[in-house]
Amino acid sequence: MHKSGPLFDYLLRLGDNGLVLAQRLGEWVGKGPVLEEDIASTNVGLDLLGQARLWLAYAGEVEARDGKPGRSEDQLAYLRDSAGYRNLLLVEQPNGNYADTIVRQFLFDQWHVLLLGRLTLSRDERIAGIAAKAVKEARYHVERSTDWVIRLGDGTELSHARMQAAVDALWMYTGEMFAVDATERALIDAGIAADAAALEPHWRSAVQAVFDEATLAVPTDSWMQGTRERGGKQGVHTEHLSQMLAVMQSLPRTHPSAQW
Amino acid sequence: MQRVEIRSSSLPVIDRVQASERELAAVWRAIGSVVDPEIPVVSVVELGIVRKVERVAGAWEVTVTPTYSGCPATRVIEDDIRMAIAAAVGERARVVTALAPAWTTDWLAPEGLAKLRAAGIAPPGAMASHDMPVAARPVTFGRPRPAVACPNCGSLRTAELARFGSTACKAQYRCADCLEPFDYFKPH
Repeated sequence: MHKSGPLFDYLLRLGDNGLVLAQRLGEWVGKGPVLEEDIASTNVGLDLLGQARLWLAYAGEVEARDGKPGRSEDQLAYLRDSAGYRNLLLVEQPNGNYADTIVRQFLFDQWHVLLLGRLTLSRDERIAGIAAKAVKEARYHVERSTDWVIRLGDGTELSHARMQAAVDALWMYTGEMFAVDATERALIDAGIAADAAALEPHWRSAVQAVFDEATLAVPTDSWMQGTRERGGKQGVHTEHLSQMLAVMQSLPRTHPSAQW
Repeated sequence: MQRVEIRSSSLPVIDRVQASERELAAVWRAIGSVVDPEIPVVSVVELGIVRKVERVAGAWEVTVTPTYSGCPATRVIEDDIRMAIAAAVGERARVVTALAPAWTTDWLAPEGLAKLRAAGIAPPGAMASHDMPVAARPVTFGRPRPAVACPNCGSLRTAELARFGSTACKAQYRCADCLEPFDYFKPH
């Protein structure tokens, strides 16, 4: 197992969220429910992929600073197995129907905006700079996913039922967004990482307000996946991630010297 | 006699300053000829992404800031800038990326806005909240969006068709008066 410092690990968490969700959104290419949404989901994915590149490029530099051969963004993306990935369980969940995709996006976007907002105040200038760039994009993403949650939640009987089912199915992956482990604790104390636990009340009130308008019920909290330091942030994933990576990594793994 | 001597000895310095200013202007002109490959009516200078041009360690260094993190045009623009400078002054140039401060559409030059409109793309409105610290800005829901003027007939009776358009920086709109669909360069 690769041993590296907490900053490297934290940057992987930030970068992998964007990379994995971008790949999921890319799976909609050519089969979005309407052309405009096909374009929208892939544009959101493009922003997230661009952000992931910035985080992972920095991660590689930090890795080199830690005295190891620093990996490039491509090496980090294409040559790590699922256990090496540090993304949230939420973003690796399959696309499902469009309600599943929209709810996953909405729950993530609401958190992402808050997280990036805090990270603009990071003592690490590089992190603050990337966050300031990314938060502008994330703010646009959350406007769109919010619009769709309201429109589909407060829509037809069928769209409402599918939205509620998606909310109920994905809710157990939201607790992980606010779970702080030792890696993050050390960086929070150093003023580098954002205190994810402090984001939770803001996230909850924002989600509640939108769900009220969308006539969706916030599920009762029960078991939250990945919160006891055994989740995506620690490299313990659902089976869906390895299946997704098998597709995403097939070309560079089959043809290691391929150029494109 | 002495006065003339002082003058003549100081002239080469002035010449050098003027020469480097002329060169700097030539480099800026060269960069100004590079257009955004996805919106070829505006130059990268009018787009506001060229932040600095200077001589560093005997070479031209151009600081560029990306529009959107994932914009696929960024690499092409960097290559085009290097080629334009090489063609204009016969020197290799470095292009460096600066993320902070983050690009905003408020940096689009006025002539760029006019060119966008002439090309049928509604130019962005001002990012009024940009000067607020990011963390202090509230996330609002159902925020009323300011009216976007149709670039074809000027009507304000327009509606958003989709939040995203043909490139990362645009949304799709339609005019209720002239019925033309059009791209809107999103305020960012």
